[in-house]
Amino acid sequence: MNGNNPKNQEPLLRVKDLTVEYPACRGRKVHAVSGVSFDLARRETLGLVGESGCGKSSLARAIMQLPKPTAGKVILDGDDLAACDPVRLRILRSRFQMIFQDPASSLNPSRTVGASIEAPLLAMGHHGREERTRQAKVMMAAVGLDPERHYGRRPHQLSGGQCQRVAIARALMTNPRLLVCDEPVSSLDVSVQAQILNLLREVRGEYGLSMLFIAHDLAVVKNIADRVAVMYLGRLCEVAQCEDFYRAPAHPYSMALLDAVPRPDPRHLLPATGMLPGELPSAIDPPSGCRFRTRCRRAEALCAMECPELREIAPGHKVACHFPTFVKDL
Amino acid sequence: MTAAFDRHLLVAEDISVHIPSGGGTVRAVDRVSLSLERGKTLALVGESGSGKSMLCRAILGIPPGRAATRGRIIFGERDLAQLPEKELNAIRGREIGVVLQNPMSSLNPVLKVGWQIAEPMLRHLGISLLKARERAVELLGAVGIPRPAERVDCYPHQLSGGMRQRVAIAIALACDPQLLIADEPTTALDVTVQAEILNLLGRLQMERRMAMILVSHDLGVVAGRAHETAVMYAGRIVEQAPTVILFDQMRMRYTRALFDSIPRLDAPSGQPLASIGGQLPDLAAELQGCRFAPRCRRAEDRCFAEEPPLVADGLEDHRFACWFPCEPGISVTPPGPLLPKRIMS
Ligand SMILES: Nc1ncnc2c1ncn2[C@@H]1O[C@H](COP(=O)(O)OP(=O)(O)OP(=O)(O)O)[C@@H](O)[C@H]1O
Ligand SMILES: Nc1ncnc2c1ncn2[C@@H]1O[C@H](COP(=O)(O)OP(=O)(O)O)[C@@H](O)[C@H]1O
Ligand code: SF4
Ligand code: SF4
Ligand SMILES: [Mg+2]
Ligand SMILES: [Mg+2]
Repeated sequence: MNGNNPKNQEPLLRVKDLTVEYPACRGRKVHAVSGVSFDLARRETLGLVGESGCGKSSLARAIMQLPKPTAGKVILDGDDLAACDPVRLRILRSRFQMIFQDPASSLNPSRTVGASIEAPLLAMGHHGREERTRQAKVMMAAVGLDPERHYGRRPHQLSGGQCQRVAIARALMTNPRLLVCDEPVSSLDVSVQAQILNLLREVRGEYGLSMLFIAHDLAVVKNIADRVAVMYLGRLCEVAQCEDFYRAPAHPYSMALLDAVPRPDPRHLLPATGMLPGELPSAIDPPSGCRFRTRCRRAEALCAMECPELREIAPGHKVACHFPTFVKDL
Repeated sequence: MTAAFDRHLLVAEDISVHIPSGGGTVRAVDRVSLSLERGKTLALVGESGSGKSMLCRAILGIPPGRAATRGRIIFGERDLAQLPEKELNAIRGREIGVVLQNPMSSLNPVLKVGWQIAEPMLRHLGISLLKARERAVELLGAVGIPRPAERVDCYPHQLSGGMRQRVAIAIALACDPQLLIADEPTTALDVTVQAEILNLLGRLQMERRMAMILVSHDLGVVAGRAHETAVMYAGRIVEQAPTVILFDQMRMRYTRALFDSIPRLDAPSGQPLASIGGQLPDLAAELQGCRFAPRCRRAEDRCFAEEPPLVADGLEDHRFACWFPCEPGISVTPPGPLLPKRIMS
């Protein structure tokens, strides 16, 4: 890496005002992602957390241009992906890859492990068959698969953790700069989850990757991410360095998410009353003002009238709330 | 009947579940004994494939296809293993309720949820349709579903994953069972929904003085939620103790490894997790010695040759199976609060 190159000082990824809407019945719209902006630095891992249905996968797919977002910019290394034509996008695709939640169904069941891992190279028109196989086997060893034993296997002959290793190997084949991981460990056992988290940490260092790591468990995010972004009903609530976030979370929703993390401590009991009263509102007709207000214990009249902007309350610590918790309140 | 049977609602002795399969007989559960007192919760913890679900199915008398179940299952005063299918059917759904991991697979997609809650009451309690519907609304309210009177007429697909699991719990509770078996009731759910469902189960269990078997692959989920915890590995129980004692002094090395692999809020960020390498042994093979030996950092020759017995060492109700156990008495839970005290005003 050349430290003097001004391009290297720029964030690898800039997401600006990203909006994803899906058509719903009677001409209405599902507001899955609404005006989300954030940067991702080179070699940085951003953890994105939120409840199921809050738009995490929609955001990830929009970054991947699968499909293109309804509005907004996705600037990767200076190229606005959302504005690229299909030819240019295909060339750029090798730079950003994705790993999905359900390891088994993200692999083609009729393809062997080897063929799955080689597919991205083939799609880019690279190399002869022998060279592809050689590279695939090197990558398999790097992610903890046995190149000889597993190369010819099919997904149903592998465990969930092994399928996820195949997905990681496949994503790394094109030497990407950005890895978008959509809940890569949510369907795995704790013991396998630990193996995959360690593997991701290892390959991230080795390949100099930036990662967008999606999860619903803040303890998992703390383990792998440098920075955290909390999402609720299509909007970002809070963005901060891990250090600051876990020491002094400021958004009421972030606190509810922290309270929900299971603690391996028999003396720790969760708050007996519901931490999050009510239900996740519909994304078709989100609440006015602050979208969290229907479940927020701190909500006041202002919250229904004005949507709180994501603003900085401390260096690098942004919160979208009219009444955030400041460190001195703790 | 001995005194133990008076206190205990469920006593399972020497349960084995052997499943014939292509590569030989899979010993999914191998000589497991456990007991459960009335109104108490027993947690069953172990990684995927360790035999937790098969043990539950053996207790319920619903092992898969060609499986052979052995052992005695004393529930109340009856041996379930000896009962004819008809009587067993009358017990399941009435005296024993079941909640499974995937609510979609236990709910009928084409029936309104009200019907599905009413059905076991109509079958087992013989109450009127009107009364059953009334109780269904009550139950939906009891499991924390807002606007229950409207929700009885919903179909499962109209509800979120967490709501569906609440409906599944309402069905399991319909006939006021004495025992609830919850097999990974929150594994498919978000942490927030998981916390709510676990709180709900704990509350219902206390209010109704039900006994509960709570199954999970995550020690973090059962801490603070079960009186007793049993850890399963490769078809065997390898450690069992009152939950507080188990977390204070984990002796068996697998329990400790499972505990160490949990990402924690109170751990510094960015540290590699102590993961367990390798995989469960092939349960169709002839297994010798400690089943965890191939993955255990402490294993010695003896571990590969002789199976350690599940016995107490010191505390009578803390049993574990390990030749070279972790030191006793060392609290594994770091002192002090896990997070700064926060105010939710
Ligand atoms: N129908 C079946 N035929 C053959 N083997 C089976 C069958 N069902 C389960 N097994 C095997 O029995 C063992 C225990 O399975 P079980 O489903 O009880 O595990 P578990 O602890 O509940 O895991 P999970 O968390 O994946 O549900 C595993 O080795 C599994 O592969
Ligand atoms: N293809 C689609 N058509 C219509 N609505 C969708 C589609 N995909 C997702 N949604 C809706 O968008 C919202 C966000 O979904 P998603 O991004 O999948 O959330 P998450 O990944 O956080 O679970 C949800 O309300 C979901 O129902
Ligand atoms: S803006 Fe109001 S409703 Fe929204 S999180 Fe802050 S206090 Fe709660
Ligand atoms: S008996 Fe031996 S192999 Fe088994 S857990 Fe104990 S030390 Fe490890
Ligand atoms: Mg998702
Ligand atoms: Mg199971």
